[in-house]
Amino acid sequence: MSMITVEHLAVSYGSGDTLSRVVQDVSFEVARGEAFGLVGESGCGKSTVLGALAGRNKQWTGSIVIDGETIGQKRSKSQLAKQQMVFQDPFGSIHPRHTIGRTLLEPLEIHGKDRRQERVEKALSDVGLPQNFRYRFPHQLSGGQRQRVAIARALILEPSILLLDEPTSALDVSIQAEILNLLKDLRERETLTYILVSHDLAVVAHLCDRVAVMQDGGFVEIADKRQLTEDKVTHPYTRTLVDGSRGYVHHNLRADADHALSSLEQPPVRLTS
Amino acid sequence: MHKISDPILTVENMSVEFPTLSGVVTAVRNVSFTVGREKVGIIGESGSGKSTTGRAVMRLQPPQAIVKANRMQFEDVDLLTATEDQMLSVRGRRIAMILQDPKYSLNPVMTVGEQISETVILHEKVSRKEARARTISMLERVKIRDPQRVFDLYPHEVSGGMGQRIMISMMLIASPSLIIADEPTSALDVTVRQQVLSILDELVVERNIGLIFVSHDLNLVRSFCDRVIIMYAGRIVETIAAADLDNAQHPYTRGLLNALPSLDHPRDRLEVLRRDPKWLEN
Repeated sequence: MSMITVEHLAVSYGSGDTLSRVVQDVSFEVARGEAFGLVGESGCGKSTVLGALAGRNKQWTGSIVIDGETIGQKRSKSQLAKQQMVFQDPFGSIHPRHTIGRTLLEPLEIHGKDRRQERVEKALSDVGLPQNFRYRFPHQLSGGQRQRVAIARALILEPSILLLDEPTSALDVSIQAEILNLLKDLRERETLTYILVSHDLAVVAHLCDRVAVMQDGGFVEIADKRQLTEDKVTHPYTRTLVDGSRGYVHHNLRADADHALSSLEQPPVRLTS
Repeated sequence: MHKISDPILTVENMSVEFPTLSGVVTAVRNVSFTVGREKVGIIGESGSGKSTTGRAVMRLQPPQAIVKANRMQFEDVDLLTATEDQMLSVRGRRIAMILQDPKYSLNPVMTVGEQISETVILHEKVSRKEARARTISMLERVKIRDPQRVFDLYPHEVSGGMGQRIMISMMLIASPSLIIADEPTSALDVTVRQQVLSILDELVVERNIGLIFVSHDLNLVRSFCDRVIIMYAGRIVETIAAADLDNAQHPYTRGLLNALPSLDHPRDRLEVLRRDPKWLEN
């Protein structure tokens, strides 16, 4: 059974003359317990899709069904608790003057949950942090530990979906590996559904079963893990991203630059399922 | 022509120390390396001293920092004893630096053309008119379409990739013999990154100059550079040809390689780096 069904989603910002449609008609389905990836360059609308799913952006049209419930522009608290976000920069997404304990309590207070102390303790141990971190401030933590706090804060409401917006791109390679392993373990243990946004195809392919490649607000291709690792992607834009994740490609420079430009100018194919 | 083996830059036993209230922090400890007419990558995690090394070579460290070395020789200039006046003629003219994000490193209140021309006007004392012509041909070299128009744009009016190409043209216009690029493509998208790198590659190879490429991206350095220096906690733990990186010996280098998710070698769990206190001993 599918956990998230999105049909003909279009999201815009602004109004009147400044209205811009950032996401144009995307449709996808994510099964329960699946990890679904969104990749693309900056400005392609991948974070905006997450924002609409999380309820941060209300200016959308189309239909979103989460766990069998059709979602409207207004959501109840229990609908909002169902999916939680983890942001890119752990330095910016945690209140600098609140202790970790207070940061973790806040969602519980907003949602009026009971057994708060118990839940905070569980959340900290779930992400592998010692209990005494409750009394620390964010500046006393390393980047990896802070990202663990951000994950704990997302998990504390016992969501069934985690929306991960570039969760490791501000971290060093070695710390990234720890966080990716943690996310993998959590998903297996709690049967969570993930939507992971990243610009790094290798990270997405590591964690996700299927990956949607976005360009200019639309999907150009939905590839599964096998296609990516066996190099069987079809769209030239996905090809460029796959090559890019391998590093620098030496070839005929002039031809290369022209090719890159022409593939950028190619209009994205709209996928409607 | 010069041979690859002629070193442009020789650094022996360099340390960079920062005195703080709670004692001296050694950011870089006893590093030695040479750079010839080649592309050398410096790799390390944040705080490993890779950027500090690059800046110390240009003598751009903060005033309170103390740089010690047995020898720091750039072509005919002894970087340890050169006066500030001598350094002014070296920086920009003979060693140039490309920084990470063009949004912050270009002057926001000057047009990009003026900023590029400034380098030639300062170092080569040419007329404005000639500087403009040189700038426009340099912009063409970095594959900017319609350079006449771009000349009069302000940095906020250009995209990230174009900004970085402008930065490259600014650094190369005075024909330096060494370029230090500090994370030049980290702020760029994948497709733009390829373009910027291929322009940089082409210019470095064509002019037969040296490049120090500071980065945290292993895959990128491996595929772009000839040689890789791996830094950990201010020390060089290993120097290896980029092609041999897979056979790296040092456990830190191996750990970094295994921690990297890869499309070619998918694995279920990533290896987590175990830091060994022994790596801190020389």
